[in-house]
This record gives sequence, C-alpha cells and structure tokens, in this order.
Amino acid sequence: MSQTSPHRYRQLRNEADRRRREWNESALPKIHIGMATCGIAAGAQETRAAFEEALAEAGVPAHIRAVGCCGHCYAEPVVIIDHPQSGFPPIFYPEVNAGKARMLAKLFLKEGDPRLEHILGATVANDLIPSVMEFPRFNLEHRLIMERCGRIDPEDIYDYIAEGGYEALADTLGRGPEDVIEAVARSGLRGRGGAGFLTGRKWALARAAAGPAKYVICNADEGDPGAYMDRTLLESNPHQVIEGMIIGAHAVGAGRGIIYVRAEYPLAVRILTRAVEQARALGLLGQGILGSALDFDIEVFQGSGAFVCGEETALIQSIEGFRGMPVHRPPYPVAGGLNGRPTLINNVKTLASVPVILQGGVEAFRAVGTEQSPGTAIFSGVGSVVHPGLVEVPMGTSLRTLIFDICGGVPKKKKFKAVQIGGPSGGYLSGAHLDTPIDFDSLAQAGAMMGSGGMVVMDEDACLVDVSRFFLDFTQKESCGKCTFCRIGTRHLLEILERLTQGEGREGDLDLLRQLSEDVKAGSLCGLGKTAPNPVLTSLRYFQDDYEAHVKEKRCPGKMCRPLIAYYIDLEKCARGCNACEGCCPVDAVFITRDRKRGIDQSKCVKCGECVVACPPEYDAVRRVSPPHLAPVIERPPAEEKDPKS
Amino acid sequence: MASFDPAEAPDLTDEELKTLDDLKSQLEQMGRERGRLIPMLQFVQDSLAYLPPPAIRLVADHLEISASEVYGVATFYNQFRFNPPGRHPIKVCLGTACHVKGGEIILENFERKLQIKDGQTTADREFSIDRVACVGCCALAPVAIVGETLYGKMQPSKVEGIVLRVKIEKEQQERETRQHEPNLPTPLPPTSE
Ligand SMILES: Cc1cc2nc3c(=O)[nH]c(=O)nc-3n(C[C@H](O)[C@H](O)[C@H](O)COP(=O)(O)O)c2cc1C
Ligand code: SF4
Ligand code: SF4
Ligand code: FES
Ligand code: FES
Repeated sequence: MSQTSPHRYRQLRNEADRRRREWNESALPKIHIGMATCGIAAGAQETRAAFEEALAEAGVPAHIRAVGCCGHCYAEPVVIIDHPQSGFPPIFYPEVNAGKARMLAKLFLKEGDPRLEHILGATVANDLIPSVMEFPRFNLEHRLIMERCGRIDPEDIYDYIAEGGYEALADTLGRGPEDVIEAVARSGLRGRGGAGFLTGRKWALARAAAGPAKYVICNADEGDPGAYMDRTLLESNPHQVIEGMIIGAHAVGAGRGIIYVRAEYPLAVRILTRAVEQARALGLLGQGILGSALDFDIEVFQGSGAFVCGEETALIQSIEGFRGMPVHRPPYPVAGGLNGRPTLINNVKTLASVPVILQGGVEAFRAVGTEQSPGTAIFSGVGSVVHPGLVEVPMGTSLRTLIFDICGGVPKKKKFKAVQIGGPSGGYLSGAHLDTPIDFDSLAQAGAMMGSGGMVVMDEDACLVDVSRFFLDFTQKESCGKCTFCRIGTRHLLEILERLTQGEGREGDLDLLRQLSEDVKAGSLCGLGKTAPNPVLTSLRYFQDDYEAHVKEKRCPGKMCRPLIAYYIDLEKCARGCNACEGCCPVDAVFITRDRKRGIDQSKCVKCGECVVACPPEYDAVRRVSPPHLAPVIERPPAEEKDPKS
Repeated sequence: MASFDPAEAPDLTDEELKTLDDLKSQLEQMGRERGRLIPMLQFVQDSLAYLPPPAIRLVADHLEISASEVYGVATFYNQFRFNPPGRHPIKVCLGTACHVKGGEIILENFERKLQIKDGQTTADREFSIDRVACVGCCALAPVAIVGETLYGKMQPSKVEGIVLRVKIEKEQQERETRQHEPNLPTPLPPTSE
C-alpha cells in the first residue's frame, strides 16, 4: 500500500474544494430547486422548465442546480436564489410554481428586484431583509443529520466531499475497529429504526460474531404509510448513509453491503444506485478502500412493498428470495443473518448519524438531546398543522414545541385533539401529554412510541375510532399470517372497529377490544403483531368518550364516520337560484325544493362533503350533523323526480 | 397482499408475447440462485407491466422451482400485479395523511366514475385504479396520481374533469396521428396545484 487513506482522501478533498471554489466564485446567479420526490410532486419539474425557458428568453445566464429536500413540505416547490450582483443575500422562495418562476426570472434575475412580497426570507442573517432563521420553523430545529439535505446536489459526490463528507471514513480507516465501536458506544446512539437498541452494542456483537463473510444491511424499507424521512434522506444526501455503512463494515469486518430500499421509491433507488457507482469510481467502495485493507461493496436491493419486511428477519427472508415472514430470534441477525452469516442491520438514520458523530466528536453529539436518548429525532409532521414537513429536533423537545411552535399549530382556528406518533405501531397522545419530552423512553411510557417517526396531528374534527380502524385495516392486510393471533386477532379487531364506525357497535365491544388487544400483543411473534393494537389501546385509554358516543348514541363526535353523519341544507341560509351545490354533487343528490331552494336527497347522498365546499361562504348553508336523524326531512317535490337512469 | 385468480388473467397481446420471448434470453443473464427471484420478478414486471401466467412459468422454469412457489412469493408482495394496468393507471393515496383528509371519498368517486373497483382495470384497458400508501407529499393531501401527473388537494368533484381530460387528450392525439405523419408525442398535462 503506497498511499495512506488520509492522503487519498486529501486528493479527493482537493478536487472537491476546487470545484466548490469554482462554483462559489462564479458571478452568475445560482438557482437551487428542491427536486426530491416531494418537490417533484408539487411541480418542481415545471418550475425548473419555466426558469430555463424564461432565462433563455431574457438572455440571462444562470446556474440551475437540483438539490434534495429541505423538509419544508408546506412551501414546496422550494427555490433558493443566490444572486450576488443584485446585492441581496440568498433568498428562500416558497411555492414557486411555473408562473412565479417566470416572474422571478424576469424581475429578479434580470432586473434585480427580488419581489419581497413573495419571499419567505433570506437564508442568512443580513441587514437588508429578515432571515428565515427568525422563524421558529427554522430556529427551533436542530439539523444534525439532515444538515446538508436540500443544500447539496445528491447526484454529485464531490458536493458531499466538499462539505467534509467521507472525512470521518478516512479517519476511521486509520483506527482500529474496536476504537470506532467504542466511540459509537460512548456516543449513546440508539437505533432510529424504532426500537432504540444501542448501536454501539449491536456493532460490538456483530464484530464478535465468528465468520469471515459478514454483511451490513441498511434498512430503508420505511413501511409506515405516513412517514418519509428515510426516503428524503436517501434522495437528498445518499452519501452520508453510504459513508455510515462503510464505517460500519470496517467496524464489524463485513465485506458486502445491501441497501434494502422500497421499490415504491423509484427516485431514491435511482439516486442511491448512482451514488454507489460514484463512490466506487472514486475508490470509496470496492477493493482496498482509500488505500486501506478494507474491501467492501454495496448493492441496492429493491423491497417489494410489504410492511412486515421492515422487520429485520423478514427483510432477510425477502432478500433470500422467500416470502417476507419473520423468523424466531435467536439467532439474532448479528449472529446468523443473511445466508446464515453475521449481519449488521441498521436503519437509514442510524447509519447517517455515524459520520456526524465521528466527525463532530462524541461529546458534541451527546451535548444534543437527553442523557438516555442523545442526538436528534426526525419526524414527518403532517395532518392538521400549519407547516407540515420534516423536522429534526433535539431529543427531549416537548411535543408542544414541536406541534405548536415548529409546525405552527392547528390551522383554521380549530382545537387540537390528538397526535398520533409512530404510525401503525404507535399510539395517540392527548392534550394532557403535550409536555411529554420526545425521546424513546418518555414516549413509550406515555403509550406511544418513537416507531417510524411518523406524526399525525388531529384537530377536533378527527375521529379516533376511524383513524384506529384505518391503522388496523393496514396491519390486518400486512400481517404475514404466521401467527394466529396476529392474523385472526387483527381481523377481529378490525371487524369490531368497522362495526363501531358504521353505527352497529354493541354493548361490551369496548371490553372486547381491550381484551383482544392484549391477546394479540401476547400471542404475536414479531413487532407487527405485538404493536398493532397500540392505536386501539391508546385511543381507548385517552379518548374513551369517542368510543362511547359511537356505541351508545351512534354519534361520531368528529363527524368523520360517514354512516353516522348526514348533510342537509339550511333553508334559512340557502340562496334561491345559487346552483353551486347541485353542480358539484357527483351523484345528483341535490334537488330543487318547492320554493326554488336546494335540498339533499338522503337516499342518494354518498356524503362526500363536496357541497359544503361548493356552497359560497356568504351563504354557508350546508350542514353536517351526527347522528344522521338530526337532519330535518325535506321532501323532494314529485315533479322533480327524474326517471331512474338506465 | 395481492390476490390472484388465474381465471381472470386476460389473453396476451401480440406485443406482450414478443416481450415474453425477449425475456427468455434476458433472464439467462440473471443467474439461477434463489436470491435472484424477487429482482427477476421485478425485471419481468418492468417489461410487461404485470405478471401473466406464462411469465410466472418462465421464471419458475429458469430457477427450476415450481410455479406455485413463484406465485407464493409474488402474491406476498404488494408490488406485483397479475392483471394488466390501464394505459392511464390511477393511484389514489390512502396513506395516513390522505386518509384523514378524505382519500377514501376520492377513491370511491374514481370507482363510481369508471365503474371498476380498486385493483381492477377497465375493459378497454384505458384506466386502472389502485390504492397506494403515502406517495410522499402529505402536505398536498389528499393526493391522486393519474398516469404521470400528480393531483394534490384533490376534491371529489375534480374526478370527473380529470377522467374527461384524459379522454379528450386521447381523442386529440388520435386525430393528430391520423392527420400528421410522423406521430409526435403530446406533452404531459401540467401538474395541478
Ligand atoms: C413490523 C416492523 C416493521 C419495521 N419496519 C422498519 C422500517 O421500515 N425501517 C427500519 O429501519 N426498521 C424497521 N423495523 C425495525 C427493524 O426490525 C430493526 O429493528 C431495525 O432496522 C434495526 O435498526 P436500528 O438498530 O438502526 O434501529 C421494523 C420492525 C417491525 C417489527
Ligand atoms: S406477529 Fe404477525 S406479522 Fe409478525 S410474524 Fe406473526 S403473523 Fe407475521
Ligand atoms: S355530500 Fe356529496 S353526495 Fe351528498 S349532497 Fe353533498 S355533494 Fe352530493
Ligand atoms: S418537502 Fe420534501 S418531504 Fe416534504
Ligand atoms: S399520505 Fe398521501 S401523500 Fe402521504
């Protein structure tokens, strides 16, 4: 070995620095467009095309760079424009559709007017315009793992290296594996895949396991139907995850790595595949990584969409070409995993934390978060909040801060009702828990769990019985069928919940739900079955009134369960001749009353709620009630009766 | 879990038969280990858009396992489908955020409009409807994807217009194809919202 790893790394870094300098020194304006799945969904591709076209038309040369996602979902498509010649600092523009892009190309990029009414703020503190850092959505977050997401080009490895990427790896390769494991253990890092197992301990076990051919698997299966942190990380900064995997391989002595990523994430698959190729081309993967003795390569395996495959033993079954059914542990994967060999499985966020810890130092990492849960937590905060999106906060931050300060609270002056954390395995917390600190142990104590990191905020109009039914419907379909209690028990739970939401709840159903939940928990092999009843149990515990109303009064307090509600038109308020509701009804349920107002034919209405939206706010005549018999009966005049359609 | 009824499988088109033929030689390059099964099924589905019975047999023969073994694995995973998707596949998001915002009502409206259920394809193979879990833009919930276009902040009343738009575009395209040679691709409709 003629060159040491620090030396090899220095060469890469010099090249990256040179490219970065060139980019920084260019006097041309720079336009950064968030082009992860979320941005594209919001129309970023059209935005980009509009910029290109309008700039060409205006004859203004500029750099356009596709970056990943910064997590500010409410603001997508997000564009950051750095136009040094205008004299303004880089500016963050939210919701830049094609029209706004054309306007900015002409007025700002060509004529130098930043159109301040359209900005969110400058990305840095300055004397001219307010900076986004003055907003709680920005300054209460602590970006440790996602720091580079949305800033760098995920398809350019040099962009990552210029930010100090792969430096931790170069350092690590010069240290003994035990040394690295010791540092990870001291950092107190806990697995971000849900259970919070100590990463350092897992690595030590994998290191100690005998066997020449070991594996490192990155678990990017992310099956929670409402969470997308892992996808965002992979799409926005894949190299940080890859670097974590290589360090893991060095630590445990593995030769092969697999990233198990959902096939439903085509962009993440593409970006990862490309990132692996680039790393290989620069000698960061393959034989003798950075001139060291480490041989390690990574392959991208596409998971085929089964929630249970996120469970580590099912995941292994699936890679081996079988149905993804969990198997009994022990042996744990660290001892006997893929093809019977020792296998280290970590979540995307866990692996992405490793370079941060090793580069910034164990003390710096421990300085964030709590004693038992150091570092940060990443959530996808969605539902009834003003600023939905991905947030990274120090562990120990209260739910109140997260929901009301960072995510902006509940919109439309509605009241907060509950927050569901952890997806299908997690639970609900009520207003009484808003001061619960977010960390593995406190959440578990309160009955929720960190789980996937999905977080859905619900306002007074949400029905927790219905949302629990939704989760049970999901887990019931996704149960692999191996354990009777999980397979049949979740079906029974679902049937009872369906009954409740349809107004057919019976005396004793709530006790039955409780009993069955305990049985399913006790009789299931893997985490899916063990945690599936959590949404039911926690909603029963904290929101029993909701359940009682469904059973005893056949009433849905959130007015969500359609069999338990009715729509009617308040004749006092309905304006004669306004046809808005009639035009929008998909099933022709709206008829004209004798005095030319509108009524709803209850036998036809499918309760879609369109007429509520359609009725002009100055009339606001459509009402939603529960139970349905509260709706006054308005007869359809016989003359209006149409022939039954063929 | 995907369900499967061989009796429902439609006959293959000529084009599909030809693709199937090509697949035979392409599989040769993919090895014969059991671990290749899922990537192989993914590859076949990428080419054919679904897994018709002859394709399953092809993979089974190649790996020297039984067709029922292949079905057993394929039906376990949500990714695999056994009926052809429509030319304009409709995917309605029923992830958590979209559920809370009424995704089911959107799904029902598509079903009612097209007279098919989720998981089915219209007889003319123009449309198919599938429910999906979180397409990753919960802030735009409820969300539906038609063909390549994502519609955010969906409303039930938008369903009719979307289906109509696809139909009109198709007619337009057909008219243009008849008028001009060569046949130019029409641009995708812009994203709504
Ligand atoms: C039903 C079920 C689904 C799971 N899904 C995921 C997942 O999507 N991603 C993940 O990283 N871990 C998931 N896990 C946890 C894994 O089994 C495993 O604990 C984790 O990948 C270990 O990584 P960590 O130590 O970095 O947390 C799931 C577990 C269960 C029981
Ligand atoms: S608990 Fe459910 S998902 Fe887990 S192994 Fe048993 S049946 Fe399968
Ligand atoms: S709720 Fe929907 S179906 Fe019922 S009357 Fe209004 S628009 Fe028509
Ligand atoms: S903005 Fe990218 S995930 Fe929401
Ligand atoms: S739940 Fe529909 S996009 Fe996330």
